[in-house]
Amino acid sequence: MTQRKRLGLIVNPLAGIGGRVGLKGSDGPEIVRRALELGAVREAPHRAQLALARLTSLRDSLEVITCPGEMGESEARAVGLLPTVLDLPLRAEQQDVPSSLPDGTPLTTAADTVNAARALADRNVDLLLFAGGDGTARNVFDAVGDRLLVVGIPAGVKIHSAVYATTPVAAGDLAALVLGPQGAGIRERQGEVMDIDEDAFRDNRVSARLYGYLRVPYQRTLLQSAKAGSQTADEAALNGIANEVVNDMESGVTYFIGPGTTTRAILDLLALPDTLLGVDVVRDRKLLAADASELDLLRLLEQPGTRAKIIVTAIGGQGHIFGRGNQQFSPRIIRQVGRDNILVIATQSKLLSLEGKPLLVDTGDPDLDRELSGYVKVITGLHERLVYPVRGDTG
Amino acid sequence: MSEPTADDVQVKLESLAKLRRDGGVLRDYHAPRWNEPLIMEQSVPGQRGIFVPLAEPEIVEAVGDPQAFIPAQMRRTKPPELPEIAQHQALRHYLRLSQETLGMDLGSDISEGTCTMKYSPKMHEDLIRSHKAADLHPWQDEDTMQGLLEIVYECGEYLKEISGMDAISLQPGGGSHAVFTNAAVMRGYFAAKGELPYRNEMITTIFSHPCDAATPAVAGFKVVTVMPDANGYPDLEAFKAAVSDRTVGCMITNPEDTGIYNPHIDKYVEILHDAGALAFTDQANANGILGIARARDAGFDACHFNLHKTFSSPHGSEGPATGAYLVSEKLAPFLPVPVVTKVDGKYHLDYDRPQSIGRVRGFLGTWMGVIRAYAWIRSLGPDGLREVAEISVLNNNYLDRLLLGIRGVSRPYAEGHRRLDQVRYSLEQLAEETGIGTEAVRDRMVDFGIQSYWMSHHPWIVPEPFTPEPCETYSKADLDEWAAVIKKVSDEAYAEPETIKTAPHAQPIAQMRRLEALEDPEQWAFTWRAYKRKVLGRRASPQGSPSTDNPANGPATPAQS
Repeated sequence: MTQRKRLGLIVNPLAGIGGRVGLKGSDGPEIVRRALELGAVREAPHRAQLALARLTSLRDSLEVITCPGEMGESEARAVGLLPTVLDLPLRAEQQDVPSSLPDGTPLTTAADTVNAARALADRNVDLLLFAGGDGTARNVFDAVGDRLLVVGIPAGVKIHSAVYATTPVAAGDLAALVLGPQGAGIRERQGEVMDIDEDAFRDNRVSARLYGYLRVPYQRTLLQSAKAGSQTADEAALNGIANEVVNDMESGVTYFIGPGTTTRAILDLLALPDTLLGVDVVRDRKLLAADASELDLLRLLEQPGTRAKIIVTAIGGQGHIFGRGNQQFSPRIIRQVGRDNILVIATQSKLLSLEGKPLLVDTGDPDLDRELSGYVKVITGLHERLVYPVRGDTG
Repeated sequence: MSEPTADDVQVKLESLAKLRRDGGVLRDYHAPRWNEPLIMEQSVPGQRGIFVPLAEPEIVEAVGDPQAFIPAQMRRTKPPELPEIAQHQALRHYLRLSQETLGMDLGSDISEGTCTMKYSPKMHEDLIRSHKAADLHPWQDEDTMQGLLEIVYECGEYLKEISGMDAISLQPGGGSHAVFTNAAVMRGYFAAKGELPYRNEMITTIFSHPCDAATPAVAGFKVVTVMPDANGYPDLEAFKAAVSDRTVGCMITNPEDTGIYNPHIDKYVEILHDAGALAFTDQANANGILGIARARDAGFDACHFNLHKTFSSPHGSEGPATGAYLVSEKLAPFLPVPVVTKVDGKYHLDYDRPQSIGRVRGFLGTWMGVIRAYAWIRSLGPDGLREVAEISVLNNNYLDRLLLGIRGVSRPYAEGHRRLDQVRYSLEQLAEETGIGTEAVRDRMVDFGIQSYWMSHHPWIVPEPFTPEPCETYSKADLDEWAAVIKKVSDEAYAEPETIKTAPHAQPIAQMRRLEALEDPEQWAFTWRAYKRKVLGRRASPQGSPSTDNPANGPATPAQS
């Protein structure tokens, strides 16, 4: 008899609770309390159930391991799965915070997600399915790094991270594929984990970070970015993009290369070390500066005779090319470099995953955002460009 | 005997539909299953299909060693690894494979959208197999093949009239090849003008055929792709942003894969011409516009037709195909050589064209396709060609009405606008509601004797796509049957999805496994040698294989078999 596959399940039952009542996120017990006062309804459990319903046909070949209560157990039972429930003390000790919601449901916290993810990693689950938003993805990343293959069920207010399936149903189908008989053939990719500081966000300031990468299964019809074709095609496209950029590099020009796995391919091709989450500076195929700050870039621009180009890619699931995870490219830097010297690179599949939504710029300077708006010829491969709209996304 | 009335015909058709079990009635179909090994696996050392007699001693003496005619460095050191098999076994093998296959002459190829699978009159095969055609040698003097040259020339004249263009080459060996020829001709044009150093971008659209992007890349251009707007037309503002003084031209399909005809196409051409660039339209599939719209009238500088699609010549596993490439006067000097000309009633092969891009294929190209197209055009005449387009569009819109009534089927873009000869549908709703996507539906429909449908070129802009194209060949009963199959599969998706997930059930091969191997050059195996190396894990020429390693294994004697 073949061994049953193990599915780890974490539901952040409070994910998304702030969305409908306009609170721009759900991080922290105070926001949860305010959201409930404003009449918010918990949507994550329902979304998790939509995904889990797609796994019921695998019931006999699957061991579902999850957390107590609404962090997974009740959702699994609601669709007829019989989960193994982890013995986890819910919510870390905190002072001055209510321990339960007005309806008696225990109030879970980020620490619970972290603890649960660690416990599931220790159980060697074949896949971790989690429902939440960017905060949840970040907690999962903190806990397991690249130890586990994960799939996100989109349930949060902020979904900037590219570790979520397009819909809860698609998340369930993807999980079913990984855990089903053909699961061994499934490939993986790295999905960006992004998070925005919600307090700043509520003050209409955006402070976004590219946090890291989680391992995500890859299937052409279920993950947004997979729609364009096979992963081998994507890998070839990345290689093509890097070759296109490097072939066209001009001598004496300084290249500010932004964060991301797409831009990393350029540095890989040049056999230079890269800063995955930061800005590297290259001139004449040599690394001039690694993980440069805005100030570093300004100093370089102030050197007499400096001609610079910025190379950026769409970061995260929303398609930001400025203002998410690459704030080193401040309005001052972008203006000095000039619009015509900005190269945008992205695989065709990444652009198509935006489903027609424009690339976004949110530099913090509305005038600059307007200037950058219009159309850009995105480099999508060797000798390939895709004309794509760019719009401001201030606020 | 009196003429039948329309009612008589209707009654007859309906009774025939019942008899044929189509017209909405699903067939009780099952393909034969032979579990046939590969022919290489059936090879037995020493078995032969033909015993080639030894040459007469006088001939051997007169000719000497035949191998001496082949330069030493070109001679094989080992015999080729061919299957050793008797004639009867070879015949059985291929008949069995053909029985396990669906195809144009066996079932309905409405499924193959963008391919224009239509009936190819069998009489055409008599024409190309006639000794007058089949026995011609490409090195014959042009004086001795005036008949063939006349057909090539006249066919070209017809295609010029159909497109409005001034000159033609029938040399390309396929649609993509003609499209590549265009990229090369445009390159030649701008090279002659001295503008090539700075003009290096070719524009196309995401719903045009992928060869409109691939071939200019091969020709050395950077390819700029434009996405559709909400109406399904190429986004005009994006198009304007794409065009610059670096633009060579645009290579675009109309209607695109969506079946949506862009009535403003001349505006796009104008934008190109204003920038000094050229405009090419890919008319591989011209069934919706034949005799109705001409590329030249919309301002295009060049276009092409696939004679193996629109003009009835059959498709056949990568050939034999003919791409008819047509240009306006200003591009004519750059056409491939030779160009067939007519001077004082005689036909010539004109090689004296100093600005030509050169040959793109040997001799006259695939002239069998030209003969078939010539016969087809002659048999239909101008009114018949227009009727082909009209019936194709009618058929498509009738099928469209049936399909849009099926649960889970939708038609993205251009709400309320009719399509021409094909439609790209979406099964996104079906997939969301039942978990059955387009690939699963494709695998199930073959259980009813209907060819699996073409989904979409990549990338999939339309989610869960499928693209039927019911050209003029098909009867109402064929269309009803096709729609009935899709309806049946949709009903199953909602009621008993497991039936679909485990399909096909009535085909010789069940579901394909390890599909990822098809996308991985390290795993795929398209030849026996690659199969042995990658799949069986053996070296190409294993020790002890008499068919490859034993040079002494010459022609077999009867005693060996």
